[in-house]
Amino acid sequence: MAYKRNIDRLPIIPAGAKEHNVTCHYCIVGCGYTAYTWPLKTQGTTDRNWIGEDLSKQQATDTEAWYAPSMYNVVKQDGKDVHLVIKPDVNCDVNSGLGSIRGARMAENRRSDVTGTQRQRLTEPLVWRYGTWQPTSWDDALDLVARVTAKVIDKDNENDLYVSMFDHGGSAGGYENTWGTGKLYFESMKVKHCRIHNRPAYMSEVHSSRDMGVDELNYNYADYEVTDTIFLVGTNPMECQTNLFLNHMVKGMQNGARVVISDPRRTVTVDSCEQVAGAENVLHLPITTGSDVALHNTLFTYIADQGWADADFIAASTFQGDVAVAADSAYPAALGSYEAARAACKMSLAEGAAATGLTEAQIIQAAEWIAKPKDDGSRRKCVTGYEKGIIWGNDNYRAIGSLLNIGLATGNVGREGGGVCRLGGHQEGYYRPSDAHVGRPAPYIDQMIIAGGGKVHHIWANDHFKTTLNASEFKRVYNRRSNMVKEAMDARAGATREEMIDAIVGAINAGGLFVVDVDIIHSQIGQAAHVILPAVESGEMNLTSMNGERRLRLTEKYMDAPGSAKPDCMIAAGLAQALERVLREEGRTEYADQFKGYDWATEEDAFMDGYNKGNPEVTYDRLRAMGNNGVLEPVTGFADGKLTGTNRLYEDGVFTRHGREDGKALFCMGEWRGWQAAGKAQQQASHRFLINNGRANMNWQNWFLDQGNEFVMDRFPVPFIQINPDDMAELGLKAGDMVEVHNDVGATQALVYPEPSARPNETFMIFGAPNGAQGNIVNAGVNELILPNYKHTWANIRKISDATPASAAVSYKSWEVEL
Amino acid sequence: MKCNRLVDVGRRQFLRGGVLGVAGAAAATVLPAGQAQAQQARAMVDYPSNRLGNIADLVVNEPMDIGYPDADSPGILLKIGSPVEGGAGPDGDIVAYSVLCPHKGYYMSYHAADKTLNCPGHFSRFDCEKGGQQVWGHATQNLPQFTLRVDDKGDIYAMGADELIYGRLSNVLEG
Ligand code: SF4
Ligand code: FES
Repeated sequence: MAYKRNIDRLPIIPAGAKEHNVTCHYCIVGCGYTAYTWPLKTQGTTDRNWIGEDLSKQQATDTEAWYAPSMYNVVKQDGKDVHLVIKPDVNCDVNSGLGSIRGARMAENRRSDVTGTQRQRLTEPLVWRYGTWQPTSWDDALDLVARVTAKVIDKDNENDLYVSMFDHGGSAGGYENTWGTGKLYFESMKVKHCRIHNRPAYMSEVHSSRDMGVDELNYNYADYEVTDTIFLVGTNPMECQTNLFLNHMVKGMQNGARVVISDPRRTVTVDSCEQVAGAENVLHLPITTGSDVALHNTLFTYIADQGWADADFIAASTFQGDVAVAADSAYPAALGSYEAARAACKMSLAEGAAATGLTEAQIIQAAEWIAKPKDDGSRRKCVTGYEKGIIWGNDNYRAIGSLLNIGLATGNVGREGGGVCRLGGHQEGYYRPSDAHVGRPAPYIDQMIIAGGGKVHHIWANDHFKTTLNASEFKRVYNRRSNMVKEAMDARAGATREEMIDAIVGAINAGGLFVVDVDIIHSQIGQAAHVILPAVESGEMNLTSMNGERRLRLTEKYMDAPGSAKPDCMIAAGLAQALERVLREEGRTEYADQFKGYDWATEEDAFMDGYNKGNPEVTYDRLRAMGNNGVLEPVTGFADGKLTGTNRLYEDGVFTRHGREDGKALFCMGEWRGWQAAGKAQQQASHRFLINNGRANMNWQNWFLDQGNEFVMDRFPVPFIQINPDDMAELGLKAGDMVEVHNDVGATQALVYPEPSARPNETFMIFGAPNGAQGNIVNAGVNELILPNYKHTWANIRKISDATPASAAVSYKSWEVEL
Repeated sequence: MKCNRLVDVGRRQFLRGGVLGVAGAAAATVLPAGQAQAQQARAMVDYPSNRLGNIADLVVNEPMDIGYPDADSPGILLKIGSPVEGGAGPDGDIVAYSVLCPHKGYYMSYHAADKTLNCPGHFSRFDCEKGGQQVWGHATQNLPQFTLRVDDKGDIYAMGADELIYGRLSNVLEG
């Protein structure tokens, strides 16, 4: 039976309730919300309330005067219980009052002692003692971390300290927290062995775009509303950037834009575009998985051959000559001029059709919609959005580079209705000292850990167990190595701190790994940790981030942290101070001095120490005044009480992201070369099913919280795998059956969901689930710059059991609307 | 297909046009304004017990428009044709739901072929055979289902709702 809250009345927000600016911290879109709080024993009435409406009447469609039970909770504020409502802001340009299935549950996904939500949140530091985790004070926990860490690091030699740290905004990221961790590991230390939350090394996901001179977030969302064509590649915005789709792409289609979607799968986005624009204005290109470079190069060749390129733009804004950057171990393709790229990427329609599985007519139609001048001779505007389908797909560098070639050739970067941008996952919020010392290609951390590398591992809101590749082996090794330390600690229960440190150091010198996990919940990799430090999320601290159009906002703190949890920047500061003290005690004075400069009292101090130093116009007060519409980065000044920003990058036709003084964009000279990553072709040859994988509307980006949310877990008790019904029949599977998905590198489990639009032998499984990690079956193959190829995995499928009662109760109907 | 959309537009305008003091099937248990007792809400909302129709009026898989708990809260009464959890009546297959989408309150239409309610607003859909579970969509709750009782004459009464109905902060409107 569907989960029901049985809430049939909610407290009414009174007039005069406190209001706080909130940017939804779940996805990149960063929708504006308002958090209302008011004292527990007061409430509004139907005729006297926050909005001045008569609430004794039914409210109309799209009303501002309603909120769902998921938007309500009771939380602590300054130590007192208060009512909390977090509802979408109709005045925010990003979402115009729309919520999503993720963001509109923000309130419900806060920790509450009163309503019992999110009891899984960590509240106190935990230290491994007496065979389990024991709560302790910050001083005690940080002292242990600092003393063990100090044993393995030294001035100019920090290679035995491995660090996994998020680089994003939103969630618990943001400028304050990336700065806190960045200052510690890249300024006080120069840690080389580090990785990012969703990938096994420390690098950009869009190297080629940056190397070509183009920042990956170069437009603003309104560009979708005024364009002629929306070109979506390996992205599913209706599910994953919901209100970007609903509030901007839909408006574009209503204004007449056509849509081209390159995706091996018929996603909900395809269906929704057909609903809005009419099927005749939507072109879905169901390419053979992994053939993106072939499609892009064929489109580029055809567009150029037709004379549809923007010659003036190419002459004025792109590199003239031949090769500007040669291919080498750091550059997986040469970069150069338009003509050089034409020569390198040349692909006929016949070759393109053969590689992509499309017809020549489909490719021609796409090219016409993207680039053919209109009947009156005016240029066609096209905005391009891409995401994990090519970022985590085959041949990342060339796939993105070849796509950007099309945007540059048609003059669609830096112009109204244009842009070639990633659609993004989290918000951004990166402000750190240089990472140049990490090197390029960056060290492949997860494989190094498997090979025995590292002695101490600091983890900041990463969960490798759910989001790495080759995860089966990673978990086996990680558990074994961290257990060696646990056993050593258990064997010395009752020992003094000095004796315990000796025991730990003995274990790590024998191949063990000492693990420190900073997170908001007790994560899966956290099960291996020896010290666990509780962090806070946006709203439990003040936090600044920018969204997918570079819109910078301050989310104001509206509730207390759970227990003694702290912002990551403050935890980093505490750790730096503990290290300084320990190093000084040990007489390592010069090294200790490197850890000075963390005397922050609040996250605002961290903001001023970091982001504000580079952007002196930007302060908390000014951001607060800019409200939920904020300002588009880069911020250019402050006038008339307002921050001024940059509506669109590169409007002057000068490209800078690569750091070239000439300001000229480069084209990518990457020919199509089939499977790039090691082991993909072999795995494909020896397994029946493609296990394509990705995100789903309901629970991506917030699944760590949603594993404790009834509404979500009731819908999908186990991660689903969508399979064609004929394939199901052949395997003897029914909807809801539990299957094992297994191959040469591992196995995982999933719930069978029939999907008539799935192609035979091509399945889709949800990525990053807590109870069925798709990464278990992804092999270790990466690109030259260690970008993982999660998307290309093949496996066999066998039934484990009939549907469990929970799985039998859910709906297995199609996701496509029927109007 | 088009036909449903048009119906929806009409209904939506009707709702937007602001509503509806009309006496409907419902007489809400709201106390007259001004009485002191009105300040003393009970712990649970008191739902009216409203007659929605008779089994004899229902055709399998053809929804009947209803209003519950009052005329301003549109819903459907539906004989599914096979027993479902929460289904009432001798065949265990009679259900009733709110048809205001819990996302932004657009008026949904019934798709008989797969027994779902579908939203023209932003394309959410709900399974009438699974207690109104959201099959896919943007709403943060499953569809409010009305609890039903069928008496021995075959009259069908609604007794309550299990989620908050879009557009009201109390399922039974209070003065
Ligand atoms: S679309 Fe993204 S930012 Fe907007 S409400 Fe949903 S999760 Fe939050
Ligand atoms: S109102 Fe139904 S999906 Fe938005």
